[in-house]
Amino acid sequence: MRTPLRPLTRRGLLTGTLGSAALVAAGGALAGCGTKGAQQTETGCVSEDLSGTEKKLAFSNWPQYMDVDESDESKRPTLDAFIAKSGIAVTYTEDVNDNNEFFGKVQNQLAGCQPTERDIMVLTDWMAARMIRLGWVQKLDKSKLPNVEANLLSSLRGRSFDKENQLAIPWQSGLAGLAYNGKVTKEIRTVDELLTRPDLKGKVTALSEMRDTMGLLLQSNGHDPSNFTAAQFDDALNKLKKAVDSGQIRKFTGNDYAPDLAKGDIAACVGWSGDVIQLGFEDENVKFVVPESGVMLWSDNMLVPNKATHKANAEQLMNYYYDPAVAAQLAAYVNYICPVQGAQAEMEKIDPELAANPLIFPDDAMLAKSKVFMALDEKQEREYEGKFQQVIGA
Amino acid sequence: MTALAHVPTGSGQPAAPERAVRSGRYRFLPYLLLLPGAAWLFLFFAVPLFQLAAASLYDPSGSLSTGYALTWAFGNYPDALAAYWPQFTRSFRYAGIALVLALLMGYPLAYAIAQKAGRWKNLLLVCVIAPMFTSFLVRTLAWKTILSDNGWLVGLLRDVHLLASDGRLLATPVAVVLGLTYNFLPFLVLPLYASLERLDHRLLEAASDLYASPVRAFRRVTLPLSMPGLVAGTLLFFIPASGDYINAELLGTPNEYMIGNVIDSAFLVRLDYPQGAALSFLLMAAILAVVFVYLRRAGTEEVL
Repeated sequence: MRTPLRPLTRRGLLTGTLGSAALVAAGGALAGCGTKGAQQTETGCVSEDLSGTEKKLAFSNWPQYMDVDESDESKRPTLDAFIAKSGIAVTYTEDVNDNNEFFGKVQNQLAGCQPTERDIMVLTDWMAARMIRLGWVQKLDKSKLPNVEANLLSSLRGRSFDKENQLAIPWQSGLAGLAYNGKVTKEIRTVDELLTRPDLKGKVTALSEMRDTMGLLLQSNGHDPSNFTAAQFDDALNKLKKAVDSGQIRKFTGNDYAPDLAKGDIAACVGWSGDVIQLGFEDENVKFVVPESGVMLWSDNMLVPNKATHKANAEQLMNYYYDPAVAAQLAAYVNYICPVQGAQAEMEKIDPELAANPLIFPDDAMLAKSKVFMALDEKQEREYEGKFQQVIGA
Repeated sequence: MTALAHVPTGSGQPAAPERAVRSGRYRFLPYLLLLPGAAWLFLFFAVPLFQLAAASLYDPSGSLSTGYALTWAFGNYPDALAAYWPQFTRSFRYAGIALVLALLMGYPLAYAIAQKAGRWKNLLLVCVIAPMFTSFLVRTLAWKTILSDNGWLVGLLRDVHLLASDGRLLATPVAVVLGLTYNFLPFLVLPLYASLERLDHRLLEAASDLYASPVRAFRRVTLPLSMPGLVAGTLLFFIPASGDYINAELLGTPNEYMIGNVIDSAFLVRLDYPQGAALSFLLMAAILAVVFVYLRRAGTEEVL
């Protein structure tokens, strides 16, 4: 069934010539390609604030990160109260599903100093740090954020990517630590146990979020994830690699470890406190563990991107959510760590059991054990992320 | 198009209506009709492909904040290949094994539906297509439940000692290959069915009259006649399967990651655009090469 070579025809010659010409032209046009730098500066990309005349605010957040009325899912008590009080019409959109994905969504606009049509977006520490590094975030006016100044949890102040607390305001925080399913395995207490205990072989997962997994490993080696050297990182990575090569670690996951942990396909894992608490409500065998060497504290932060035109309105909303009573109402629904001091006292009135939960209102002992991962510059980020991805196989 | 494609054969029929079309005002009509499709392809295929080609030649030391300069860095290609060679070969290995499994299941299935199903034919066809009505992702997630460590399937296999007592299916190469086989099977079965359905039964009777054994009749009659469907089906199966990353992501572990997973992470996580683009082109080139060799050996005009 071989096709014989066709004899040269006028048409063949023509298409051949045209094709080669197109290739040459394409090559020429290619040479003009390349991308401009995405770095912006405060003077280079100036944003206008129309809050004085426009009582509007566009708020992009993660799904299930806002309290809803139990009887009517379309009502959001705290947000509705803000709208009624301030007269600001808030467009609330749950369109942040994944940091990297969201970055892809707004990247081109922000790189070109174009509006994203969003006034507040909520992103995790490391992504917030990247946005800040790229100069894509507006500086907030601290005089308009008295509640934040007064009530922000002390361990979340002066983080390396936002020393002055005026670029990224935590919405909710959480811990990355260990979790296990008591139905399938006995208690686990340390990171080393997770990585080496023979009965867990092939039943362990870790997070594909480099900062959470590596932060825990750095701590288990006695190093400080908020301030470490390249050699210390390599040490921790080698430890992880051993566990991957030996087949101890089955998989690196995002949120998707939760159903597997509940089913018992996974016996123990590196996981997030909020997920595990929620699983724990349904099955008390699933438990979150703060390893003795320490846990990672992360936050999802409210950022006002460049060219957002309602900064003052955004500040008003941030300030509102740092009112302890409001924060407690929100925390009672979302079950993550509440970044607002004083909310615990307010929570006593709503639900004393939640108020006593150290995974929602961490006590001093817990806070002393928790660390925020160091902010990385672009070169470090690529180097560390590249090495980590090699180990986790992607 | 016909006007261009027509090669004078000297058979003395200079097609009068064709001339009318040429000189008339409908001369450009075929091109006009092509325009929407061509514009679509240009905007959403040619331009992005071109941009990807450019990105694969960016200076790898560039970054998001400083931008990328096009320095004709052809070194990106060998670098990317060297870094991710295992995932690269694994993609083709898994897709190849899945193809063989799919052929073993798909050919008899297509044959049975086309030739033996009688009045059940339409129902069976719907059964093949129906799973495609739900999303690819949902179907793969369903496999996660089926292959689960504490599921009935693994329990059964352990009971009959096909699997060690602590053995598992999920998060192994077996699960990934099974997922690939399942997810792309309809793409193989449907073209095969279309070819086999046209098979004239009398040819088989004639073969048997001439003392051909059933096996020989299959080899000399059925198989050659189903070749166009077989070739189209294997291509439709193999091409998406080798670029797939969902099955490895959901059913496998990092040790089963295929090249699609690497490309995904290069673009979205590591922001290494030159490497991601170079890997995409390498994958494309490798698939083209495989397809080309395959078509040369087994291909028929009808497929292209």
